[in-house]
Amino acid sequence: MSEQHEHIVSPKTYGVIIVTLLCLTAGTVGAAYINLGRFNIVVALAIATLKATLVVLYFMHAKYSPKRTQLVIIAGVFWLAILLFMTMSDYATRVDYRGVHYPMSQRIVAVLSRWG
Amino acid sequence: MHRTGELYGQFKTLDQQKETASLGMWIFLVTEVMFFGGIMMAYTLNRHVYFHAFAMGSNTLSLQLGGFNTVVLLASSFTMAMAVWSAQTGKKKLITIFLSLTILLGFVFFGVKYVEYAQKFHHHLIPGKNFNIFFCRDNPSKCDDLSAKDLEEENKELEEASAADPDLNAHAQLYYSAYFGMTGLHALHMVIGAGLLFWLLRESVAGRFTPQWNTPVDLVGLYWHFVDIVWIYLFPLLYLIDRHKN
Repeated sequence: MSEQHEHIVSPKTYGVIIVTLLCLTAGTVGAAYINLGRFNIVVALAIATLKATLVVLYFMHAKYSPKRTQLVIIAGVFWLAILLFMTMSDYATRVDYRGVHYPMSQRIVAVLSRWG
Repeated sequence: MHRTGELYGQFKTLDQQKETASLGMWIFLVTEVMFFGGIMMAYTLNRHVYFHAFAMGSNTLSLQLGGFNTVVLLASSFTMAMAVWSAQTGKKKLITIFLSLTILLGFVFFGVKYVEYAQKFHHHLIPGKNFNIFFCRDNPSKCDDLSAKDLEEENKELEEASAADPDLNAHAQLYYSAYFGMTGLHALHMVIGAGLLFWLLRESVAGRFTPQWNTPVDLVGLYWHFVDIVWIYLFPLLYLIDRHKN
């Protein structure tokens, strides 16, 4: 039997993280009641991403994982970004055979034309 | 079956053996990220195109119940993390206690979800032949679980939304398909997680987990936290679309 090199996260750290997560949950509910226009969703997703990052780093020990595991996590997030970015840019720029913009790109075209 | 933590022939150390198992679990979780990511992408597009219907649908959900469930799930992630800690430090009784608490919180989540689904069923908000977003407006006596104030607010929103979107009923149905599809798949993951937790509980009562060998607790923990992360995104996406109108 070899000795263990595993990093053990202390209950105190877990306690700090769960309190932070609960505060962020209250924060996201509070922010939803403020009218920020199109930035409501940006704030909501930013808070959700912050919460998810805390869970991954501390509850799932990614901060103390070997670099190999961290690479897999980062690659996963990167692939998700490709999925979201490519699909969004497709829908944002697509024109059908009649030359009509799809509903999503219609709105973007409207915003762009306002700028000049 | 390999259960007691002896070293397999292909590994040099127990550490390497555990890291390999953990890496495999992460690769599985990455495939789960892509699975839920695709669904969320489809949701995002529809929400963008049919915003009025999605906002209307979102506001019929109970923020109290959804918020409560978020807290319950975060707490269950905490107890799961503590179960992993107990296993790593060799506190055998505490492993059983924390695993039981995690299961208990999981079942509280199911209970609240049942209440939410049942209410939507009674309000004719299940996608299908009898779906009717106007049901509570047309049959207020059958929606007596909503307060008069809530009902009035909902009717006002319905009026505004149907002025902006002439095919509101069809598009609201799309929102509810997304809602039941996404929360249903999330709940299915939790059912699988609860099954795994019951298995861990049995093993922990038998005293199998030690500081030298606790890989199953660790890996099921990773899965449980992942399911928590999915909910962290579902909660704002489904419950908080357009709350500031009220």
